[in-house]
Amino acid sequence: MTFTDLFRFAAGSLRGHRLRTALSLLGMAIGVAAVVALTALGEGARRYVIDQFASIGTNLLIVVPGKSETTGIPGMATATPNDITLEDAEAVGRQIREVDKVAPIVVGTEDVSYGARRRQVAVVGSTREFMAVRKVSVARGEFLPAAEMQRGRSVVVLGKQVAQELFRGEEPVGRIVRIGSWRMRVIGVMAPRGVQLGMNVDDVVLVPVGTAMKMFDRRSLFRIFVQVRGAADLERAKRRVIRLFVERHDGEEDVTVLTQDAVVSTFSQILGALTLAVGAIAAISLTVAGIGIMNVMLVAVSERTREIGLLRAVGVGRRQVLAVFLTEAALLSAAGGLFGLAVGWTAVEILVQIFPALPASPPPWAVGAALALSFGVGLLFGWLPARRAARLDPVLALASR
Amino acid sequence: MIRLEKICRTYQLGGQPVHALVDIDEHVAPGEHIAIMGPSGSGKSTLLYTLGCLDRPDSGSYWLDGREVARLSDEELTQIRRHLIGFVFQSFHLVPRLTAAENVELPMIFAGLPRGERRERVAGALAAVSLADRSDHRPDQLSGGERQRVALARATVMQPRLLLADEPTGNLDTASGRQILDLLDHMNDTGVTLVVVTHDPNVAQRADRVIVLVDGQIVRRLPGRDVVGTANLFAPPEPG
Repeated sequence: MTFTDLFRFAAGSLRGHRLRTALSLLGMAIGVAAVVALTALGEGARRYVIDQFASIGTNLLIVVPGKSETTGIPGMATATPNDITLEDAEAVGRQIREVDKVAPIVVGTEDVSYGARRRQVAVVGSTREFMAVRKVSVARGEFLPAAEMQRGRSVVVLGKQVAQELFRGEEPVGRIVRIGSWRMRVIGVMAPRGVQLGMNVDDVVLVPVGTAMKMFDRRSLFRIFVQVRGAADLERAKRRVIRLFVERHDGEEDVTVLTQDAVVSTFSQILGALTLAVGAIAAISLTVAGIGIMNVMLVAVSERTREIGLLRAVGVGRRQVLAVFLTEAALLSAAGGLFGLAVGWTAVEILVQIFPALPASPPPWAVGAALALSFGVGLLFGWLPARRAARLDPVLALASR
Repeated sequence: MIRLEKICRTYQLGGQPVHALVDIDEHVAPGEHIAIMGPSGSGKSTLLYTLGCLDRPDSGSYWLDGREVARLSDEELTQIRRHLIGFVFQSFHLVPRLTAAENVELPMIFAGLPRGERRERVAGALAAVSLADRSDHRPDQLSGGERQRVALARATVMQPRLLLADEPTGNLDTASGRQILDLLDHMNDTGVTLVVVTHDPNVAQRADRVIVLVDGQIVRRLPGRDVVGTANLFAPPEPG
């Protein structure tokens, strides 16, 4: 008997019991759809987080003052033996071949006022490079001047929200605002960027780094963002940056250089594990669906006892009877699996339409696993009924009912 | 073709042993037409299923075509049923979801015959029982006589040399029954050995020989032509 014949015969008997077939198929479909949809959600969450990191710039090194002996959250380092200076930042850009752009950062908080309106915001001092490194852009006017780092010109670029709150529809570019005791000319307004890793980029003002250092009376930078030319250069660039700082800081390694990869991969691992766990829970429903299939197949065997007896009488072997019922179970579960895949995928697509920010899509491994599992569960739970069918005594089977 | 020696078959029914077959000895030559008669529960169906290798005797020997059945594996018995034996049942045993043609095709599918040959043989078998125009009908669209003719086509499509019929006319009216018996006779005329189980003397009289079973024992053997004239068929013959 060829496989095609077996397949056609099994499919024919499934078609003979449409409602029963449909119901057990539905059980399997729900199980697979649950696996697909839930893992898609988990995967969506993981990709969302990774995208968030990617949006603050790729191939990025972050130089933080202080050497933390235990790896941990930047800025928590206990000792800051030497400052990171603007000269250090310039040296990184000048002396390391792999470095594309360098953005020194100084951060403080200050009152910003225009007329009677006043607002306390984060003041970020940086350079024109900030735009490329942090992937932000200007909506109106221009960004910080491209002049050398030390010149402290009194210009400011407003975040979208700050501009709205202070100017209420007036044109901010060209106006003078007060930042603390400083009078600063507005030269640009940022395009909206939203919350980036917990920091609302729209609610800051940007000033030249030299200005910020004078404003907050600082000699040290908060950190330096270093954009490396290519991902392949990242590790080499990191080593060179550290060596450069060791040279410049009298042989002392007193900075920490973070790559995004380390942070991203940690998050990715956590969320990946979460996805796996959710998928596994959904897979339990596949087992339940398998029991449903077993139930249906047991009913089919007892209903078709006479048919089985007849098959044996016309020269159908036990193994062939087993094969027929196993094929039916496998067909049921595989069809249910494919149907569930379609349903799950559609559900995910609809979800993505509603929440476009969430890049939810079922991971290939989950799709493969769900289909394989549904097929396997069908075979596993089809085994018992099929064996029962194969072991029927043909004489009793023919005489049944 | 068939040799039975001291065949015994006992099974349990409600805790009571039932002696379905007791020391059956019989010979059937190739091409013979045998009828097995007997009252209900006399063991005639058990005998037929034993001949058909569906039931195994508890003791005794059964030689079919020179091979002792007890020594054969389940797989070998399957092969024998597939190629050597055809079954016809009182209740037809057609698969309800399959058309007449598909029912006839069934044994050939599992025997692994190529599709082209199957189609040819189905057409031939259905034509032989005058049902060529009914091949796409499902059993519930056929009359009783037509159903039994489909079953007969299925039983003969593998060209068996032994045809076993269990009350083949039991569910049919007289005219349909006669048609089936004519077809069976025709098969027998082509050399197929035919064993028919019946309680109807009109069916049995067509046989060359008739065996009468009572309580699992052969109580009488007589030529088919004598069946109708014999009174008290199921009683043992008077001595002398």
